[in-house]
Amino acid sequence: MEIILVSLLNGLVYGMLLFMLASGLTLIFSMMGVLNFAHASIYMIGAYLAFEVSRWFGFLPALILAPILCGAIGAAIEIWGLRRVHHNGHIAELLFTFGLVFIVQRGVQMIWGMLPMPYRVPSYLDFPLFTLYGANFPAYRGFMLLISAGMLLAIWLLLKKTRVGLIIQAALTHPNMVSSLGHNVPMVFTGVFAGGCGLAGLAGVIGGNYLTTESSMADAMGPIVFVVVVFGGLGSLAGCFIASIIMGMIQTFAVVFDYTIADMFSPLFKVPEMDTLLGEILTVPMSRIGPLLPYALMILILLVRPRGLLGTRDT
Amino acid sequence: MVRRLLSITTLALAASLGAACLGPAQAAEDTIKIGYVDPLSGAFAQQGDASLKHFAYLFERINAEGGALGKKFEIVPYDSKLQPAEALIALKSITDQNIPFIMHCAGSNVAAALIDGVSKHNARNPNNRVIYLNCGALASDLTNDQCDFWHFRFDANTGMRAETLVRSLPKTLQSVYLINQDYLFGQTLQKETKLYLAKLRPDIKIVGEELIPLGRVKDFSPYISKVKASGAQAMITGNWGPDLNLMMKTSVEAGLDLSYYTYLAHVVGGATSVGAMGENRLFTVTEFHPNVPSEQKSAAGEEFVAKWRASHDFDLFQMNNYALLKMLASAINKAGSTDAYKVALALEGQTVKDPMGHDYIMRKEDHQMLEPLYAAQFVKDVKYDSEKTGFGWKTVTAVEAADLAQPTTCKMKRPAS
Repeated sequence: MEIILVSLLNGLVYGMLLFMLASGLTLIFSMMGVLNFAHASIYMIGAYLAFEVSRWFGFLPALILAPILCGAIGAAIEIWGLRRVHHNGHIAELLFTFGLVFIVQRGVQMIWGMLPMPYRVPSYLDFPLFTLYGANFPAYRGFMLLISAGMLLAIWLLLKKTRVGLIIQAALTHPNMVSSLGHNVPMVFTGVFAGGCGLAGLAGVIGGNYLTTESSMADAMGPIVFVVVVFGGLGSLAGCFIASIIMGMIQTFAVVFDYTIADMFSPLFKVPEMDTLLGEILTVPMSRIGPLLPYALMILILLVRPRGLLGTRDT
Repeated sequence: MVRRLLSITTLALAASLGAACLGPAQAAEDTIKIGYVDPLSGAFAQQGDASLKHFAYLFERINAEGGALGKKFEIVPYDSKLQPAEALIALKSITDQNIPFIMHCAGSNVAAALIDGVSKHNARNPNNRVIYLNCGALASDLTNDQCDFWHFRFDANTGMRAETLVRSLPKTLQSVYLINQDYLFGQTLQKETKLYLAKLRPDIKIVGEELIPLGRVKDFSPYISKVKASGAQAMITGNWGPDLNLMMKTSVEAGLDLSYYTYLAHVVGGATSVGAMGENRLFTVTEFHPNVPSEQKSAAGEEFVAKWRASHDFDLFQMNNYALLKMLASAINKAGSTDAYKVALALEGQTVKDPMGHDYIMRKEDHQMLEPLYAAQFVKDVKYDSEKTGFGWKTVTAVEAADLAQPTTCKMKRPAS
């Protein structure tokens, strides 16, 4: 029982971090139809910028400044990069963001070197929040939950309850109409792209010291974020949220349970011991393949429901 | 920052120029070239970069000591991206330039491909053979069942490291938890740690073991819950990079009172990411660390370390690669040429000494170098700290090369000429 409660909490924290990254990606996609490969790279830039800012001014200014800077970088990418290749269709845009991934990684390695950065949790958040069955729950995890929940609420309010959100939603489905009504649609696009990058930057600020700030962090986070977005349904914020939490929980719980696929069948029939590939697949413990389960799930959902959980169009 | 940027740019330039314009006509005859293959870009570039900096330092050193046959050594870097296929392309390029030596450190899976590639190349091209100088791919299988005449490993394998680690465990330790990464290196370590625990410390109970996917785990808290539930006093792990420091961070934050016995915490970036949370808790098994000379009161060793520290902000630890270059130089001198077969024969049984006077022995049966190893603890009061963290390594147990002569299962096929 206790391990389930602890795992629930852990899965929630990780799921929320995933959501913070994936929400920006899915927003950008629903808006512009561009799958931004460089999204995790912006996350990495966010972490490095946060490290630099927190070194001079402290963690709280970093929490505000780094996402803003990332948003500015995003706006610059949109205005001077994406908008120009847009005429050449989606493939050109994809390739453009794909190239950015390499440029950003090399750039970060050139500027900050290849060693991990000593970006640490600030001392005033570095204490055990409460003790659950003898294990500490770090205050920083609570703080992460707080930030991501706040962000979720803010996006929801912005999109559903304000005039800005109204225009964004309209531009999503009827860009020509919105343009005819006198709104600057390219400007809206830039805004959304900048906003999405800002969210990735925010995830970088709080993920950089929770995980590790180093030049391979984009590589490590990139694939899983795509899985979340595809699983939840491209362009669906609610689907993205559900998918993030599911992924967080799956990865956490898979590790805790030492069952194999063969064990699952054991109430029905006894799986004979086999010295073949199939036998190996059936008897590998869940904990050993836990982090790969999200990818398996993605393949599954692409097979049975290509649009994802709550998506509206096929991928 | 600017200097680093400059140095990287020059390096990249040098690498691409080196590959592009060293045609046979221009190939300056006054150097002995060594092709060097390791990840120099991408997510694992950190390791390749650190090794390249070690080699820059060690090549300068060995050239100052006279090189071989009156010529200087020159390193020709290639990017393996940690992919066996890329390493084989580099091998092709190296043999096209008639370079008789290919050196590679990172990744036992890449090493396995290279052993095979080199062996086949040499069988097909008896006039253009190469020696594979392995400077750090550690899976013990490479010099056991997979051993090959053309492959020489200049670093202690996983078995030797496991034995050293188990020997260094304190008498009070009663229960351990094993966590390793799920690939050739991690699996081998897991197996060998268990083997030597059973052999040397049967009183220690293994209360849990785990193989995790390499570099894919972002949240270690579920693993830590399991470790806690198992009641282990210590963790033994071959994890490196984020897999090591995320695991420790999660565990320390959860308030677990554990010791961490690792195999790779000393490599570049380890000290920075672990920082203060590793104090007294973190242990590693290494071929060298900066405080070895002062512990052994060796002036020559002190000079070796001090010169490195003047221009580098991370630790010198690849002393084995100094032995590699010394052995190679001496073998080339003995053979009187850089012909791969003659040099290979001359390498067998070579013994060289490091600045502290310890022996390094290239064993003939399996081409595995025997070297001293140090089990060290991460503590505050040391002469040299690591990566400006204020903490550094202090030797707990030192083992000499001769003490680590583990048996081998190698049945080497030796070419006739």
